[in-house]
Amino acid sequence: MKTRTALLGAAAAVAFAPAAMAERGSDGHVNIIYWQAPSIMSPYLSGGTKDIEAASMVIEPLGRYTETGEMVPFLAEEIPTVENGGVSEDLTSITWKLKPGLLWSDGTPVTSADVVFTAEYCMHPEGGCAQGAKFDGVETVEAIDDLTVTVTFTGPKPVPYGPFMGGQSPIIQAAQFADCLGANAPSCTEANFYPIGTGPFRVTDFKPNDVIEMEANPNYRDPAKPAFATVTFKGGGDAAAAGRAVLETGEFDYAWNLQLAPDVLQSMAAAGQGEAISAFGTLVERIEVNLTDPSSSLPEGERSTVAHPHPFLTDLNVRKALSMAIDRDLLVEIGYGQAGRATCNLVPNPALFASDNTDCLTQDLEGAKALLEEAGYVDTNGDGVREKDGVELSVLYQTSTNAVRQDFQALIKQWWEEIGVQTELRNIDASVFFGGDPGSPDTFQKFYADVEMYANNFDGTDPQAYLAAYRCGNEPKPATGWQGENINRYCDPEYDALLDELARTAVIEERAEIAIKLNEMLTKESYTIIPLVDRGRVSARSNTLGGVVLNTWDSELWNVADWYRIDG
Amino acid sequence: MLQYTVRRLVIAIPTLLLISLVIFLLLELAPGDPMAQMPLTIPPEVRQQMREALGLGDPTYIRFGKWLWQFFVVEPLHLLDIVFGTSFAEGQQRVISWQTRSPVMDIVAQRIPQTLWVVGVAYIVAILIALPIGIYSAYRQYSWFDQAGTFVTMVGFSVPPFFSGVLVIVIFSVTLGWFPSIYDTTHSVTDWDSFVYQLRQMFLPVMVLALQITSQLSRFMRSSMLDNLNQDYVRTARAKGLSERVVVLVHVLRNSLIPVVTVIALGVPSIFGGAIITEQVFKVNGIGQLLITAIYANDLPMVQTLVFIFAILIVLFNLIADVLYGILDPRIRYD
Repeated sequence: MKTRTALLGAAAAVAFAPAAMAERGSDGHVNIIYWQAPSIMSPYLSGGTKDIEAASMVIEPLGRYTETGEMVPFLAEEIPTVENGGVSEDLTSITWKLKPGLLWSDGTPVTSADVVFTAEYCMHPEGGCAQGAKFDGVETVEAIDDLTVTVTFTGPKPVPYGPFMGGQSPIIQAAQFADCLGANAPSCTEANFYPIGTGPFRVTDFKPNDVIEMEANPNYRDPAKPAFATVTFKGGGDAAAAGRAVLETGEFDYAWNLQLAPDVLQSMAAAGQGEAISAFGTLVERIEVNLTDPSSSLPEGERSTVAHPHPFLTDLNVRKALSMAIDRDLLVEIGYGQAGRATCNLVPNPALFASDNTDCLTQDLEGAKALLEEAGYVDTNGDGVREKDGVELSVLYQTSTNAVRQDFQALIKQWWEEIGVQTELRNIDASVFFGGDPGSPDTFQKFYADVEMYANNFDGTDPQAYLAAYRCGNEPKPATGWQGENINRYCDPEYDALLDELARTAVIEERAEIAIKLNEMLTKESYTIIPLVDRGRVSARSNTLGGVVLNTWDSELWNVADWYRIDG
Repeated sequence: MLQYTVRRLVIAIPTLLLISLVIFLLLELAPGDPMAQMPLTIPPEVRQQMREALGLGDPTYIRFGKWLWQFFVVEPLHLLDIVFGTSFAEGQQRVISWQTRSPVMDIVAQRIPQTLWVVGVAYIVAILIALPIGIYSAYRQYSWFDQAGTFVTMVGFSVPPFFSGVLVIVIFSVTLGWFPSIYDTTHSVTDWDSFVYQLRQMFLPVMVLALQITSQLSRFMRSSMLDNLNQDYVRTARAKGLSERVVVLVHVLRNSLIPVVTVIALGVPSIFGGAIITEQVFKVNGIGQLLITAIYANDLPMVQTLVFIFAILIVLFNLIADVLYGILDPRIRYD
C-alpha cells in the first residue's frame, strides 16, 4: 500500500482545488472493505446485500432512493408519477424515459432495448432470478421508442416502482447478456463478473469472494466524476477486523455494516482515524408470537397450524404482559448502542409511514403482573409460574445463534420469569433457522416454539408487500411446504379488508394512514408482534474520505460517484 | 517398491470414490439451505425458483452422478484444453459454485497461490526453525535451553491463532504500524520494492502459522533424537573416538529424521488446505477462507470439491510418506 499512499499523496498535491470541482480520477485510489466478500456482480443471481452493493458501483437502475427515502432519477429523466403523466390514471402502467446520450462503459449507447431485456432476463421462468418479486404483476415491458419504455401491470399497481428502481433492479446490457437467459444464466461467468454498466466505475479484476479492482468508467455521464481513478473493494474477515482497518490502522477508507458491540466500536473510533456513521431504515428486531399450538404432543403436520389455537398466547392480555415486561432501552444499550433505537412499531420508517406509537417504551413489570392477575393467571401451586385452568404459562423462546440475540434472550427470560412466565431458551444456527428446509423442525417458518425473535425489513420505502405478509391464509403450513410469510398465523378479516384498500389507494398520504393503522393492528392493538429495536446500519469512513451519505433505502454505495478525498 | 506403489495407487481409487460418496451424503444430510443467507425480503416462491435453478430439484443420485462426471471427466478435459489448446470440454457443464455461478476449479486455481505463499512459506520457516531447536533441546536435555524451548513450544501449541493473530495485529499493525493487518491479494511482485512489500504483508500471518507448526515439529524432533541418543550404536560411535559433532549431526540426526520426515510429508496436504482461521484473521483469502465461506453459504458443489481435493492429497501424501520411509530406512521393505 506504500506505493498507493505515495500516489495518493501526489494526486492530492496536484488536485489542490476544492474536491467538488475536481476532475475525473483526480483523487487517486480508494479502498473499501466489506467483511462479507462479494461473490458475483449481479443482484439478479444473488440476493445477498454484499453482491447487490458491489454491483451498484457498476450497474445502475433508472431511479434510486435517497437517504431520506425519496426517489431520484438516475438513468431516467424523471421519476414517473400520476401528476407528471408517467403513471397512467388507472395505475396499470408506468412509462420511463431514459436520459438522452447515455453510454455503456464500452461506449455503445444505452437504449430502451436494454431496459426491456433486463425485464426479460429477470422474468425468465428458468432463470431463478433473485429479484423476481420486483417484477411481480408485470404483464409486459415494451419499448415505445429508443428512449421510452412502458411497463404494463396485470392490475392496478399503486406503487409501480418495483422494476428498475433501487439497487436490486439495475439495467444490464442486452448485448452482453443476450446468451445468458434462463438456464444459461449461471454459465455466463464473464458477464456476471465483469458486467458492462453505466455506473461511475467498471471492473478490471474480479476475484470471487476475495477482492474486486475497479477503475473510473471513461463514459460516465458526468465528465467530472468520479473523483477516484481506481477502487479496491476487499472482502472477507469479520466486522471487527473491517472496523479496525478503517478506524484504527487507516488502511481502508470505508467499512460496511459494522455489527459490533457498542463499546468495541467506541474504543476503535477513539483511535481517531475515522468515524462510525449510522442511519436507520426499516429493519426491526422483534419477537413474533405463535398464535397456534406448537406442542410436541400434537401429530406432525398439525403442530403450529391454525387447526390448533395456542392455549394461552391467543389471550391478548398475556401477549400484552409479555411486551410490558421488556425494557427496550436497556436492550438497545447492551446490544446496539448508536445502531439501535427502541421501537414499538413494525414499520418504524420512513417517517410518513411510522405510527407515533410509543406506549411500550417504558417497562412496567408491576402493570404486567397486575394484567395477568386480572386475566385470571395466578400462581396457585407456588412454583413461581402462573397458571389458569391447569395450563402453566410456560414458553419456549427461540432465535438464531448470535451473541446479541443470546444476550437479549437472557435478559428477556429474566423479566418474563419475574412476572411469572416460565421461559425456556433455544438458539438455532442461522443457516438452519432461516434456511426454510421443509424437512427441518427448526426453521423460523415452522415455528415449533411459542415465541421467536429475529429481524426483518422491507425493500424500498413502501410497506404494502411487507404488511400483506400477515394476510389470513398466508401462514406457513404443510400444504405449502411450510412456505409463507405470516409467521404468527395471524388472521383478522378487518386487517385483510384494509390491505385490499391499501392496494387500491394511490395517494401517498392516504396510503400512509392505512399503513399506520395496519401496523398498529399488529403491534399495540394485538401485540401479535412485539417489536424491540429499530436496527440501524453502522458503517465507518476514514477522516480523509468525503461525500459519504449513508443510505439505508438503497445501496450504501449509491452515491459513490460523489465520493472524494479530503486533503490533510 | 514400484509394485507396492502401483498396488497402493490402485487401492486408492475405490477408497477415493467411497470418500466422495460419504462427503456427498454428509453434505446432503446436513441441515442448511443455500438460500439461508439471502435477505428475508426475497419471497419464498422466488427462493424456490432459485433453488431449482441451482439444480436442487433433481434427486440425490442424479446430482451425485453429475458431480462425479463433472469432476472426473469434464474438469480434466478442461485442463487438457487449457494446456494443449484443444476443445474436448467445450459446451460441457463444469462444476459450478452456487455462490458465484462460476467454475469451482477456476476459483481454486486463483486461490492456490495465496495459500501456497503464506502457508507454504510458514511451513518452510517452521521446519527451518524447528529442526535445530529439536536437536539442541534433545542433546542438552533438561538444560535451560530445553526448558525454555519446551515452554515456548507449549505456548505456541496451545494458543489458538484467532487469539495470537489478533494479538500480533494489535501490537504490530495498530500500535506500532509496522505491518499491514490486511493482506492485499491483488499485489504482484514486480521489483524489489514490491517484493519487500510482499514480505511485509506476509510477515504477520507467517509468524502466527510458523509458531504453531514449529511447536509441533520441534517436539517431534526432540523426542525422536532422544530415542536415538541412548542407542548402542551411538555409544559405539563415541567409543570409536568420533567427535561429538559427527556423532550427533551424522549418526543420530540421520536416524532421527526418519519419523520426522514422515510427519513433515503427512503435513503437506494441510498446506494446500490452507489455514482457515489465520487466513480469515489476515484476510489472506486463500483456500481455507474459500472453504469456510462456502460452508457458511451452503455452497455444496464448492465444499464437496474442496473437501474431495483434500482427500486426494491426504491419500497421496500418505503413500508418499510410506514410500519415503522405505527409502530412508533400509530395514523397512514392502516387497
